[in-house]
Amino acid sequence: MNLIELNDICKTYHLGELDLPVLKGISMQVAKAEYVALMGVSGSGKSTLMNILGCLDRPTSGEYRLDGREISGLTAKERARLRNRMIGFVFQNFNLLPRMTAFENVLMPLVYCRDNLTEREMERRSVEMLQKVGLAHRLHHKPLQLSGGEQQRVAIARSLINRPQVLFADEPTGNLDSRTSEEILQLFQQLNSDDRITLIIVTHDPGVALHAQRTVRIKDGLIDSSAASLGAGAVAQ
Amino acid sequence: MKLYRTLQMASLALRHNIMRAALTTLGIIIGVAAVITMMEIGNGAKVAIQRTMASMGANTVVVLPGAISVAGVNNGQGSMMTLTPRDADEIMRECPSVSWVAPIVRARTQVVYGNRNWVPTYVYGTTPLFLNIRDWTDMYEGEAFTEHEVLNSSKVCVVGQTIVKELFSGQSPVGKHIRIRNVDFKVIGVLRKKGANLMGMDQDDILLAPWTTIKYRVVASSLTGGNQSSTSSAGAGELNTLNMIYPNLQQNLYYTQTTTEQYDAQPPIRFPNVDQILTAARSGDQIPAAIQHISSLLRQRHRLRATDPDDFSIRDMTEITKTMSATAEMMTELLLCVAMISLLVGGIGIMNIMLVSVTERTREIGLRMAVGAEPGDILRQFLAEAVMLCMLGGTMGILIGRGSSYVVSLVLRWPTAISVGAIVAAVLVSASVGIAFGFYPAYKASRLDPIEALRYE
Repeated sequence: MNLIELNDICKTYHLGELDLPVLKGISMQVAKAEYVALMGVSGSGKSTLMNILGCLDRPTSGEYRLDGREISGLTAKERARLRNRMIGFVFQNFNLLPRMTAFENVLMPLVYCRDNLTEREMERRSVEMLQKVGLAHRLHHKPLQLSGGEQQRVAIARSLINRPQVLFADEPTGNLDSRTSEEILQLFQQLNSDDRITLIIVTHDPGVALHAQRTVRIKDGLIDSSAASLGAGAVAQ
Repeated sequence: MKLYRTLQMASLALRHNIMRAALTTLGIIIGVAAVITMMEIGNGAKVAIQRTMASMGANTVVVLPGAISVAGVNNGQGSMMTLTPRDADEIMRECPSVSWVAPIVRARTQVVYGNRNWVPTYVYGTTPLFLNIRDWTDMYEGEAFTEHEVLNSSKVCVVGQTIVKELFSGQSPVGKHIRIRNVDFKVIGVLRKKGANLMGMDQDDILLAPWTTIKYRVVASSLTGGNQSSTSSAGAGELNTLNMIYPNLQQNLYYTQTTTEQYDAQPPIRFPNVDQILTAARSGDQIPAAIQHISSLLRQRHRLRATDPDDFSIRDMTEITKTMSATAEMMTELLLCVAMISLLVGGIGIMNIMLVSVTERTREIGLRMAVGAEPGDILRQFLAEAVMLCMLGGTMGILIGRGSSYVVSLVLRWPTAISVGAIVAAVLVSASVGIAFGFYPAYKASRLDPIEALRYE
């Protein structure tokens, strides 16, 4: 069964009198535990698609099913809960809170989860996640005391703490040097294969896209079908 | 989200920018401090006014005996002889709302010193507590008589300034002897000047002595008779003794019973009575309670049935009390206006800085939303920050206010009094200022679009 099903998703921005169609009917499926790269030049609409996939935004028209659930009609509050439970985000600029330690940054999504976890359980999970990304020795460092790669690892730990089904990474290696990038990508690979987390990575670096099982190219708000079929051919599952 | 998490986050955010938080709360601090100081000085002023009013007799509750009719002729207020010194003692003992009680025996007689004489407006036989009730305890000279001297019916007295002027030409009368109806009294004290009362009566034209002395040695006619025009007939032996000591004391116009006749016709009541009982309620607002207590106690002591009318009447100083409460009320309202204005200004400061804070932390808000914070969570977080800011300001304000009112009372010697009401109000008001002025920025934050917030630079 597919985790993500998009059916003719359109998104139009209204800038005053002007209608600006960004997505013009995108249909795609992502299976569970698949590793997909979204590629496209800037302005192609891949970020918008990413926002819709990440339930941050709602499509103007079309259907979006996440884990069999129709998403496009949900309210802001319902989408917030869904993001908390099902989705993890990794950003290009890490987006860590500078005043909190790595440990506290990782813990943050649990604060908004309504499971009534005990303090101890929350701490245990947070430490466990940081160990998983190899930062057990950096628990109480603030983001500014960490290197770029370490910061991104903290961000990945944060995105994983609520055991999401799908992880969205928006240019996760954009601010990193090539060696650190490689480490991060290996971490992703490992998460995908060991923990069977569905991964969707937005990038315009073909090198990054090579790690994915499939590459989806976006061009002018549509899926570039020639490239997509090429990518699909590479999937050997 | 758990409450303590919210508070923790708020305190973290405030600690991050301590200087700004401090400057922002300054408005609230100054507002609350001003309110507290004003309230305490105002309270002190109120207490001072109350004390002044009390010295005018605002808390005084007077118990008078009832009126009696003889053959259809009503003798007017106080003509019944129903109040006893024991009544006074029991009121003191049984009524919690009454602070002091003094029985009074009145006389209107000539006072003689050397070749001068004078008839004081008031010649009162009473106890030392009379001075407490009238707030007259600090003497101009000498000292007041004591309970002991009351029990001994000592021939001592305390005089007011007018008597000093009239009898002693302004010289110190302490230690000198005066005569009241041929009874020799030693002057042991001079009262402070008090001036005229509200009715224009000279309050300094007064002579105070132990009530036992006035009762038995001066009025002296009887144990029962407060009314000096009718010489009644109790305690003949004692009467005769007094007559022997002071032969020209009594000039009876009417037939006097012989001793045998007196023994044959015992008068029905044989207790000493007093002309009135002066009591002071503990405070202005306890006056109704005091009246009620005294009334029920006296009805019980006088063994009145439920259907019987009171054989006494109780008076309070309604006019003065009303003035007092009106003054206090106006003062409180005035201070409330000042409080509102300063807190409004402080609140606007809070709103301003919260708006800045929301803008500044747009990315953080976006991130929190992305990881699953609901709009309500964001709203609560910023609201908690604003309320915490205000509460901190309120607490500081209370401390500073208390401190400055203490300094004011120390340096300027203005009376101040702690106002618990003001402190509670300050805390509540600063919390609600936080909510009222923190709501808009917090609402704005909760309405942010996570995508735009995340992209905000």
